[in-house]
Parts: sequence; structure tokens; C-alpha cells
Amino acid sequence: MTMTHLRQLEAESIHIMREVAAEFANPVMLYSVGKDSAVMLHLARKAFFPGVAPFPLMHIDTTWKFREMIAFRDRMAAQSGFDLIIHTNHEAVEQGVNPFTHGSALYTDVMKTEGLKQALNKYKFDAAFGGARRDEEKSRAKERIFSFRSSSHRWDPKSQRPELWNLYNARVRPGESIRAFPLSNWTELDIWQYIYLEQIPIVPLYYAAVRPVVERDGMLIMVDDDRLELRPGEKIEMKSVRFRTLGCYPLTAAVESTAATLPEIIQEMLLTRTSERQGRLIDHDSAGSMEKKKQEGYF
Amino acid sequence: MAHQSDLIAEDILAYLKSQEEKSLLRFITCGSVDDGKSTLIGRLLWDSKMIFEDQLAALESDSKKVGTQGEKIDYALLMDGLQAEREQGITIDVAYRFFSTDKRKFIVADTPGHEQYTRNMVTGASTADVAVILIDARKGILTQSRRHSYLVSLVGIRNVVLAINKMDLVDYSAARFAEIRQEYAAFAAGLGFASITAIPISALEGDNVLERSPRTDWYDGPTLMEFLETVEIAAAAADLPFRLPVQWVNRPNLDFRGFAGTITAGTIRPGDEVVVPASGQRSRVKRIVTFDGDLPEAAAGQAVTLTLEDEIDISRGDLLVEATARPACADQFAAHLVWMQDEPLLLNRDYLLKIGATTVPVQISELQHKINVNTLEEEAGKTLSLNEIGVCLLSASKAITFDPYRQNRCGGAFILIDRFSNATVAAGMIDSARRRRTRHWSEVEVDQKRRAGLKGQRARVLWFTGGAGVEKSTVAKLVEKKLYSLARHTQLLDDSTCDSEHVVKLAGVLVDAGLITLVALDDPQAILLQEARVHFSPNELVAIEVSITTDFTALAEEIVTKLCSGGLFDAEELLGSGI
Repeated sequence: MTMTHLRQLEAESIHIMREVAAEFANPVMLYSVGKDSAVMLHLARKAFFPGVAPFPLMHIDTTWKFREMIAFRDRMAAQSGFDLIIHTNHEAVEQGVNPFTHGSALYTDVMKTEGLKQALNKYKFDAAFGGARRDEEKSRAKERIFSFRSSSHRWDPKSQRPELWNLYNARVRPGESIRAFPLSNWTELDIWQYIYLEQIPIVPLYYAAVRPVVERDGMLIMVDDDRLELRPGEKIEMKSVRFRTLGCYPLTAAVESTAATLPEIIQEMLLTRTSERQGRLIDHDSAGSMEKKKQEGYF
Repeated sequence: MAHQSDLIAEDILAYLKSQEEKSLLRFITCGSVDDGKSTLIGRLLWDSKMIFEDQLAALESDSKKVGTQGEKIDYALLMDGLQAEREQGITIDVAYRFFSTDKRKFIVADTPGHEQYTRNMVTGASTADVAVILIDARKGILTQSRRHSYLVSLVGIRNVVLAINKMDLVDYSAARFAEIRQEYAAFAAGLGFASITAIPISALEGDNVLERSPRTDWYDGPTLMEFLETVEIAAAAADLPFRLPVQWVNRPNLDFRGFAGTITAGTIRPGDEVVVPASGQRSRVKRIVTFDGDLPEAAAGQAVTLTLEDEIDISRGDLLVEATARPACADQFAAHLVWMQDEPLLLNRDYLLKIGATTVPVQISELQHKINVNTLEEEAGKTLSLNEIGVCLLSASKAITFDPYRQNRCGGAFILIDRFSNATVAAGMIDSARRRRTRHWSEVEVDQKRRAGLKGQRARVLWFTGGAGVEKSTVAKLVEKKLYSLARHTQLLDDSTCDSEHVVKLAGVLVDAGLITLVALDDPQAILLQEARVHFSPNELVAIEVSITTDFTALAEEIVTKLCSGGLFDAEELLGSGI
């Protein structure tokens, strides 16, 4: 009996989660509400069944997430029985940091990276699960499954611990931490196939529907609330769109689509030729931008 | 990304059904910078349509900026992940890449071929089922080809592909191909491979990578992709005796006690008898519990939770095994070590060994010989430096259960961790148990370092000074509490436990016992501190000044942080000399 690739990936992820739970005093699961987080949450339920996972979920809320994401987040936390920690960089919000006037790079740094560091320091987590995959972006291809972070949350790509077999080095000093990536070896297609196979609930924004959008810098931005100020010449149009990736609504591009079911989404993905991070504005700022962000503590 | 199958467009449900049965193959590519390794993987991703349009656009612009192929696409750039490496023009770490065909999903570990990167190759190979060894057809078998082949065999890969690349530069010569293949077969005879498949390719031109090349009509073997799609992945692990390292004891309530872990070998069914080798306790499997329902059977590779018929004492790190085929259980064993960090191996120093879900202190008592990876000859040596390989005798502080690596990769693989820097310093593969030489421990003098080493710490005296009336013992108690929470072993000496006349002597005894000793007398006369400075070495004694204005919590925090990071002491002394 040979295990299928999805069952092998599933077993590897469960192994990683159990290892983190056993080796760390205070782990947390970063929950971004996206499809990868949905899979990660599902796997965490499997790993500790019939018990519940011995760690909370944490969401870094920038206050600019799609409203449907927030509603979905609260529903999933309640259904799955996880504790949910929500952290926002309130100082930055009070200073009026927003994705429009500050640019995507600074905004992301302050609201996401800084917000995350604040929360990790506040709760003194020594391990944090993230849903990143190695196929997402080039600098991620070399990321370890247990990725060491200094006490200032920095990642040093040049002095990563060698990682062999399925033996993970979980030793850290006080203040240092590990980012654990149980989905490292999954691809976007694996994620979708698994969601389909396991009937995992995902935010409805992934499915195509008629939504209000404006075209801005060649991207379709959804008008999720009245904070999106129209520039001269922009007009709100109703289009059938969906999202391949979810983040802050002003920074997340929609794609025109009529794919309203999982098989249709997978079909569309297989037939198109644009990779998913295309829809995230932060990756395009400069060459190697993700690598720089990761060194500074971005997930 | 467009899979070839017409099913996608015509019948997506049927397509999805067919994809559920795909298998997974992990392989490693070995070759030097010049062998076209990155180009080959770039080509596999390219030809299996795994490159997205935006990535292609980025690739085109990068090719022009830093590429080495003129106006042509430099496939190698797809593989070189990190910016710094790109600038140097070499891959310096292990990168994992993914592609899939309609038959299989593939995970490729791409690792550098330089001599100094043995570490990375071993890392990439540790999870691989198959190795693709690249040979430049013009150059033939080089020293590095031998080195790669040895490392691949060391790590237990049984199936190798000899990808004889750059055939376009030798006019697709059948004779040249045959010559290299024969030379390699002769060399590799001693490496224990189950199969060696030689394939003539051109990664740059695409010959015999996916498509059969018309320019090698003399070749009737598989293309590289055909081989990768069909090579039998060792299902052998399921046929070995049952092994499950317990990762996590699942106790959601008083009625359920499950042992969670990934089966590393064999097959298990409810009713099967299992044993915990370390304690000899036996029971039978009651249920194989999963989120998706109980299973009638589970095999190697599956992550499950077992419940047993009897209440026996099992915790993380224990191994559940088949009663009739037990693993070795020993505290002395021989192993191949691959040294992975700059600081060389120190004999008789304590390291942590992690095998399965167990971590134990271990010492390397003897380096039997080193192995020259270029000549494969045994060489004498006193230590192992970065990227060196040796056969060592190890001595653990308690017995561990294992299978020889050759028989069961999961059962005999371990890593060594430095106790102070927490770095992963070596990869190990156990060869066999050694009978305990009673001589061994009697050779060892049990002293302060060893007693402290057993506790995973350095023995210290923390001497709190400051005027009478300053609450030194309050700070000391805070420090002790924090150290306790970090599992450090301590003892506090204050006016309630000790009078000042005996304090230096008593502290001396406690430090020799390996404890972090805190001295906080209400009236610490200066002469006592002087006496202590004579009695203790500068590395043992740390004087800490407390005043009325001191923020106790902050000071305690600082002391503990420095103590744990080595900052209070000469870092070299703390990290370098070994316990």
C-alpha cells in the first residue's frame, strides 16, 4: 500500500505539529484566515484528535482585512474550539498608518511585521506556526521547517540550522523562537486538492461572485467599505471576481472569474498561468523583497 | 501552470479523482556549479509547465540582468533563491522545488556541489528516495562525482540516476556515454546501490529530459522523467518490524489515553502485541485512532494515535515496537557522523542527541577513523571539522533504542545539538551497538564539570553584594525562581541557611555538586568576597552589586538572561572548552 501524495503531506504536517506541541512551552498558531490557514487549522484538529490542540490561534488584524474574513475567522474559532487571540498594532492605527498614504511597503512593515513582533513579545510565544509554503516564492524555497528567529525576531538565511530527516532542533534560549512551517512541502495545487477532498470550509471570497471593484494600477481592488477613496477617473464597477489570495483588501487584487465551486476554482487555476502571489502587492516592491522582509521578521 | 491532461478542461471532476491517486517522490540532484544542475531542474519545472507567467516575466528580466546565457532564458535563475547567492553566482544552501505530472508529485532538493558543502548535500539527501548524479559528458567521472556518490550511499539512497549531461557538446556520442557508464559502474560497485540508471541528456537543449531525443537514437532506455515517474519507491519500510516513536501522549480526559506518533516502520493492527523496549512492558493495541475514524490497519509513514489494552507507563520518547522483533537498546554505539558546523568535534564533551522523539546527553568517546570523501579511504584523526565524516563511538547518559541505519533509516538517524549554542552540529547514522566497556566510565573522573553537565548547566557562584539592609536575598530569590523555571539547578545560601563563617566553604561544595549557587548574606563583609575570590576561579564567581535604587525585577531578568546566554562570562570559555 503506497500512501498518496496528499496523505504523505498530511502525515508530515501532523508530525511537525505534534513535535512543536511537545517541544515548546508556549506555542501559537498564526491564523491568517486564508486557505492555507484553513488547511493548517484542519490539520491541527487531526493531529490532536480526540483532544484539542494545546495552543491558541492568533490573528494579526491590520483593521483592513475584508469584512468577510473577520466574520469567517470568528465563526471558525468558535466551531473548532480553539482560543483566538487578536492583536492589532494600535499605536500605528492611532498614528493613522494606512495602506494608501504610507505605501504598501511601510504599511505592511508596521501593521503586519511590527504587529506580529509586538504580539510575540507580549505573549512570550517560543514557537509560532505559519502557513507559508516553499513553492510560494523563491526565498521561501530555502526556508527550514523549524526556522530559527533571534530574540529580535530576525531570520538569518546564511546561518540556518541544517535540517535532516524528520528530526527538528527545537532548542532556543529565552527570548529566541522558532517559526514552524507545517505546510512547507505543499503546493498551491495540493492545498486546493486537499480542501476539496476534505471539504474544508474557506472564506467565501475565494469563490467568484459579483462584487464592487475599482481598477487601480492594473489591478482590481474590491471596495469593501467606505475607507477606499476613489482617485480621479476611477469608478466602482460590479464584476464577477474572486480572490486567489486574501490579505488587506486595498492591497489584494481580485481576478475576474466565474468559478463559483471548488472544482471550477481548481480548473481555472490549472488552466491559467499566473502565480498566486501576483495578487499581493508587497512582493513586487523590489527584487528579493520577500527575502528582505523575512530577515526583518515578516512571516 | 497547465497540466497536459485534457481532462482538466473537459471533466474536472474526473481529473480531480485521478489526482487523488498520485504518489510522491523526493529526489536530490548532485553536481557542481558547472554541471548544469540548476539548469536541469529549471528545465524540469519548465517542461512540466510549472513556471507561471509572472515568474517567467521575472525570469526573463533576471536573465538579462544577471543571467549567463546571453539572450536565452537562464533556467538556473529559477533555482537560485537568495539574492546574495545570486550575486555570487552559486547556490549555497539546500533549496526545495516542486513539480508534478499526472502520475506523481516531485520534491527536489537542490544542493551545491562544492567540497565545503558536504553538509548541505547530506541534508538534502536525508529525505530523498532517489539521487540524480550529474556528470559533464566532456569531463567524465570526477573526484566530486565520487564524493557525491559516496554521500548518497552513506545516507542510504539505493536508486541513483547517472545523468550524463551536455551530450550536445560531445556530438551525442554513444561511445562516450558507454565509456562513462562503465567507468561509473566499476567505481560504484562497492557502494551498495540497488540500481544505477545512466541517461544521456542535455539539460540546456532538453534532450531526454521529458522528450525522447532524436539525436540519441542509439539509446533505448527511459527519459529522465519517465524514470522518475515510474521508479519503484521503497515500500520496504512497511515490511520491516513495527516501530512507533511516541511523540505525544494524548489525554483529553480520564477515559482516553492515546499514544500519538508517526509509524517509522512496519504495519500495525488492533490486537497486535507491542512492547516498550526500555521498560520491557507489554500490551496489545486496542484502537488505531484518527480524526477520520478508527483504522483496521496502519503502516509506515502514517501519523496515528494508538490506544492500548493495558495501562502501562509510556511517555514521549518511548518507542512502541513489535514484541517479536525488538530494536537494539544500548548506551554505547558506533555511528557515522557528518560534522556540520565550524566549531570542531570535541571528544568527551556533552552534546545532545536527538533520535526519534528522544533527546539525551551524549559524549563522543572515540573517533575511530575519518573518511576521506574523495578517495573513500580511512584516515586517522583526532577531531572532525566542518564537512568531515568519521566513524565514532558514542556513549549516551542513558540507553537509547534504535535500529542500525542500514536496516531502517528512521530508526538509526540522529542529530547532535550543541548544549550551549543550540546549533545542530552533526548528523549521525548508527551502525551498531557496542558492548558497554566497564572501563569506560571508570576512566572518567566525576568532577564539577561532569556533575554540572548532567544538569545541562555550568556551575557558578552568584555573590550578591551591597550595604546591610539592601534586600539582596529578594533579588537572589527572584533569580532563583527564574532559573528554576528554566530547569536550572540552584541553591540559595542566606542568613537563614548558613552563617558567614562557613559560607565560602559551603558554596564551594555546592558548586562542586554542579549547582548554580546564590549567596545573599544580609551583611556581606568585603573580606568574605576577597576570600571567595581566592577560593573560586574567575569563571566560577560572579559578584553582583545590589543597591537601594536597584530595580530588582530588571536586575534579576538581566542576570538570568546573561547567565543563559553566556554573557556574564567570557563567551569562549563558556562555549568552547566543553563541560
